[in-house]
Amino acid sequence: MNFQLSEEQQMLADSAKRFVRDNSNVESHRQNKKLMPLNEATWQQLAELGWLAVPFEEEHGGMGMGPLETMVLLEALGEGLIMSPYIATVVLGGGFLRRADAATQAKTIPALIEGRLQLAFAAEEYERVFSLENTTLQGAVKGNDVVLNGTKASVMNGDQADLLVVLVRTAGQPGDKEGLSLFLVDANAEGIERAPHRMVDGRQGAEIRFADVSVSQDACIGELNKGYHVAKAVLQEGLLALSAESVGSMSVLLDDTVEYTKTRKQFGVPISKFQVLQFRMTDMFIAMEQTRSLLLASTLKYVEGHADADKAVHAMKAQLGRAGRKIGQEAIQIHGGMGMTDELGVGHFVKRLTAADGLFGNADVHLRGMVKPA
Amino acid sequence: MDLQVPEQEASFRDEVRTFLEENLTDEIREAGKMVTSVFSPAKEAMAWQTILNDKGWAAPHWPKEFGGTGWSVTQRAIFAEELVRAETPPLVPMGLHMCGPCLIGCGTEEQQKEYLPKILSGEHFWCQGYSEPGAGSDLASLKTFAEKDGDDYIINGTKIWTTYAHHANKMFALVRTRKDGKPQQGITFLLLDMDLPGISIEPIVGLDEVPEQCQVFFDNVRVPQKNRVGEENDGWTVAKYLLTFERGGQEYAPSLHVQLEKIKMMASRQQTVFGSLQDDPVWQYKLAQLEADVLALEFTEMRIKSALSAGKDPGALSSMTKILGTELLQAITELRIETLGAQATIWQPQALVPGDEQPIIGPEYALTAMPHYLNSRACSIYGGSNEVQRGIIAKAVLGL
Repeated sequence: MNFQLSEEQQMLADSAKRFVRDNSNVESHRQNKKLMPLNEATWQQLAELGWLAVPFEEEHGGMGMGPLETMVLLEALGEGLIMSPYIATVVLGGGFLRRADAATQAKTIPALIEGRLQLAFAAEEYERVFSLENTTLQGAVKGNDVVLNGTKASVMNGDQADLLVVLVRTAGQPGDKEGLSLFLVDANAEGIERAPHRMVDGRQGAEIRFADVSVSQDACIGELNKGYHVAKAVLQEGLLALSAESVGSMSVLLDDTVEYTKTRKQFGVPISKFQVLQFRMTDMFIAMEQTRSLLLASTLKYVEGHADADKAVHAMKAQLGRAGRKIGQEAIQIHGGMGMTDELGVGHFVKRLTAADGLFGNADVHLRGMVKPA
Repeated sequence: MDLQVPEQEASFRDEVRTFLEENLTDEIREAGKMVTSVFSPAKEAMAWQTILNDKGWAAPHWPKEFGGTGWSVTQRAIFAEELVRAETPPLVPMGLHMCGPCLIGCGTEEQQKEYLPKILSGEHFWCQGYSEPGAGSDLASLKTFAEKDGDDYIINGTKIWTTYAHHANKMFALVRTRKDGKPQQGITFLLLDMDLPGISIEPIVGLDEVPEQCQVFFDNVRVPQKNRVGEENDGWTVAKYLLTFERGGQEYAPSLHVQLEKIKMMASRQQTVFGSLQDDPVWQYKLAQLEADVLALEFTEMRIKSALSAGKDPGALSSMTKILGTELLQAITELRIETLGAQATIWQPQALVPGDEQPIIGPEYALTAMPHYLNSRACSIYGGSNEVQRGIIAKAVLGL
């Protein structure tokens, strides 16, 4: 057992922290939140720093790293208010591309690494509590084509994406793991309509409607009707990345809250002197460290392929939700009125944690997942 | 002891329902459905107040001679319940529930005649100038200073978290008139016009991106001494009266019941792989816990009403309701975002602005969930934070 960062991982963490220090500020974040196209300049910076290359093979120009390095990078980036579609494009989108056929990989991954290609994973649906097997978007097989009909909801990066990975039911019923297929679809294909919207954390999302969208079976990632396991593996990498980013955000909320109580005076003393607040900040700290422990547990078990890795990932996502809400709520309460304003970073980090809980199954969904392992 | 509803009160409920059905306009109903805060959109709330005032029902809790209805405690509760059930936008409380009662309790006859009718009609839109950047939970440490000058005071300083100052034309404020002695004993209660020279207002954008609060700056603002309520340096007494009113006067349970019913509807629409979310034991357990808590609060509030009806002081019970009501509201808004999952992360606050014509993305019932969750975090901060409330109970009830 060794939980120390390698030299390479330490460098990654240090440079990401430096980037956050130089590029994250509340004011530009607030401006950025307006629904607008991708901040190309920031994305190009991430590309130039090599971070878009982290999880890809060297033959495509990647760095040949894995979820551990993604964890290190995203935890550091999570300490800043930097709005990037990293998880949607690199972790989820890239995760599917890495599992696509060789020709698709050669065509797409280098472009992604250079910052020229955006992706989104279209999985969530309206009025369906999220789980992969709860998918209903219909794919009717017609010869070599599959015709897609239905709507995907809350698609992270859905409007900016050039390519969509769509989770489709090509056979069976909601609840069946069999009969799910994944298609790589041009986001501007005929029959696709996108309604862009902001997400609560300022990220950009979209509702995506499919009306008789015809795709070739060649665009299937993995085998037709056997998409569940591919989707699960990529989703787990996405959840680990989301969790790493969240741990970074939790640490900022705790630090900001502790600092605030040292400077805010009421009744003639800094409010940090009140034991009731000290205990609550202590509980915030404990919740954060427990989350960090589960982040390590789930990432290491996933990377090393342990039998209980699934359970650990569920535990992680559930902890993210519960600890994220607790830490966020306490950070606002202890900041008082100031915590309720758009001016301070606090609210923006709270929104990020709240969104992270809601996406791809919230705490309840994943606790249930632990009871009935997939 | 019993729970029987007397015949006359049941028919009173019918009378209120009929009135609501006949008088609520579509615009007001729509605004009521979109409310994500204790503060409704100002324009629709005032339109609704005008309709109620025409009927004589704008301030049922006021004594009859000042424009109240003369209803019993139970009738007032029935009225409040029916307003909540019909999802009317809550009336803006600063005039009707804060400044009005204070003038009734502590104002001169001249002040009562001048201000109370205009509070009822809505001609005067009041805001509350209490908190300051350095004086929140520790309100008595406020520093905004009013210096005597002839028949006037000249005010300098700043107020913050002033709800709807940008809509208001009047403010009731606590200002310091003496710097020595105990902090509570140098405070004076003043009424002032918001368009006076030297006043500037900066709206503060909240987490829900709505400018509900403001900071107000005073730069040599001249206010006549006759606008003082109570004695000079005795404003804390007036303020305490108001704070008591703000805490004890509100019932939470009726609106919490309505919120829980709506969550059930939402859960029934969410499909899992084993049925709807409403069939899920984990979800049911969470709902049941909240239903039990709300039922308990409902009866705590009934005990208060019962005591008031019998002319007794409900004492400690009313200190509890602010803590319970606000924290249960927060828990309910949390269960709602849990129920909606990713649908609650879709962020379209512009759709909550009355009259917005843009198409809504996702189920319409999901629209208010996240703004309400975020906005409700303020409930345990304002009106005396819940830490302050617990301190009061520890001191006044437990004798600690």
